[in-house]
Amino acid sequence: MPAVVLTLADDISTDVIYPGRYMATVLPSETPQWAFADMTEFNAALRSRLIPPGSIIAAGNNFGCGSSREQAVSTLKGHELTIIAWSFARIFMQNAINLGLRLATAPGFTAAVGDEIRMTERAVVNATAGSSFEIVRLPAARQAIIDAGGLIAYTRNRLARPAGTGQ
Amino acid sequence: MGMTVVEKILARASGRTVARAGEVLEPHVDLAMSHENAALVVNQFLEIFQGTGREARIWDPSKVAIIFDHRVPAESAKTAGNQKKVRAFVAQHAIRKFHDIRGDVGGICHQILPESGYVRPGAVVVGTDSHTTSHGALGAFAFGIGATEMASVWALGVAVNVEVPGTIRVDVSGAFPRMVGPKDLILHLIGTIGAQGANYKVIEFHGDTIRGMSTSGRLVLCNMAVEAGATSGIVPADEETIRYLREEAVVRDAVVPVAPDPDAVYERSIAIDVSSLEPQVACPHTVDNVHPVGAVAGTEIQQVVIGSCTNGRLDDLEVAAGIVRGRTVALATRMLVFPASGKIYRQALEKGLIADFMAAGAVVMNPGCGPCLGVHEGALGDGETALATTNRNFKGRMGNPNARVFLCSPAVAAASALAGAIADPRKGGH
Repeated sequence: MPAVVLTLADDISTDVIYPGRYMATVLPSETPQWAFADMTEFNAALRSRLIPPGSIIAAGNNFGCGSSREQAVSTLKGHELTIIAWSFARIFMQNAINLGLRLATAPGFTAAVGDEIRMTERAVVNATAGSSFEIVRLPAARQAIIDAGGLIAYTRNRLARPAGTGQ
Repeated sequence: MGMTVVEKILARASGRTVARAGEVLEPHVDLAMSHENAALVVNQFLEIFQGTGREARIWDPSKVAIIFDHRVPAESAKTAGNQKKVRAFVAQHAIRKFHDIRGDVGGICHQILPESGYVRPGAVVVGTDSHTTSHGALGAFAFGIGATEMASVWALGVAVNVEVPGTIRVDVSGAFPRMVGPKDLILHLIGTIGAQGANYKVIEFHGDTIRGMSTSGRLVLCNMAVEAGATSGIVPADEETIRYLREEAVVRDAVVPVAPDPDAVYERSIAIDVSSLEPQVACPHTVDNVHPVGAVAGTEIQQVVIGSCTNGRLDDLEVAAGIVRGRTVALATRMLVFPASGKIYRQALEKGLIADFMAAGAVVMNPGCGPCLGVHEGALGDGETALATTNRNFKGRMGNPNARVFLCSPAVAAASALAGAIADPRKGGH
């Protein structure tokens, strides 16, 4: 079962997730090295692959606020992290859907580092603490992008469709 | 049931007569802006077409704008390489709204778009920059998107999956006291509703104070709407918008303002009287940590930054120059000035403002984002404190997680530069 590897407060900005000084690095293949670069211990753990894929970051409200930089999503996706937050900032959430970063909006979710987490379609279950939190479901149109495998694949499918054949 | 401005804009752009908050639409895009992160957009755009046998073609190159501003001139070989790659793409795809690193047509994207007449009332504007909200100042619906989403816009000409945002109406009345202005108003609003107070909403600005405000001031309000989490800010276009487009952006063709219906439905209404508003300061490390200047006066500062897409316009520079003219910046404080565009820089030169700044001890830099996002020029040392007219003070923002950034108006910044500490511009005989 995946475990929580980091707990964060409200309003974690993209400057914390991916500091602006690394923005010249743009390719998803290169951005993972700078994830939480200013949190040096956690960054070092990620770089040395001590954090297993599928591990969970638990955050409060408004995760990913601030800039539109997509590196903040690709850097987390590169480490195959899952983000569970009480709420997400708009652009971050859209970028996450577009790139296929795993996330869940679960208001009230509480966990400590090391807690084991099970996720169902509707709920986040903290198996260690014995608590469960409902997941806010995504609007159908957003789910369609996830189901297509991200926005690149979704757009590719759309281009292949003759013009005017529905939305 | 009437519509808000944004509902009207999205209905028109989606080929419908009505749009309501909560609906998901695919509006046609009128302007698609990127800066240096066009390098990533190009990468994602080419990936969309990879293996499809189709030629990678932009739906309408005349609606794409690319402005280099985040790292100008390039601070590293890597950035120079990204810029070179984008230039080649721009040439290959005949993108004409391209603003390279130049003193004539260059500058910060959120100043270049309005001053070049690219933004019109009623337009749908998307940009790979969160402060794209700025362009709501001209009555457009303008919002930030990610690079992959921009690649999709380049391919399809529509923004897929746009949820019509609910609208918060803000009515502003009263005359600003001396040394108080739009920056103090928006900081006060963000402090009041919080960093998440307008999440996924649009802030629509109304009232006598807004009607009497220049487009430059309106750009400040809409620029920082995103710091309350807003999808965008918007000022319904009026005579001032038309004046700005005709006189300052030299737009000749028809301009059609879009107004909200009198019975439009708002999620929330907020009234603000600015007649007793004090200069405001946002304290580290969140933009909603706002206090009147008196609460933090005396805090020593090692760097003052005046400029950015928020407050680097001619009226901002005039206020700041008026305060430092004939005086001297404190010896323990560095004052950096970044005009928002080459055009503004040249206007400031003609008015003697650049000479005023330099004679006072300030360093005037080339237009661009400069130290605001901490990638080059003006990084802070450990334990240092900066006071800036920029829009964000998140930890690490000015290049150093062990430094502090306070945000304020040009008047507070200039008065504080002289004092070497946060100071109230209403005092000291400015």
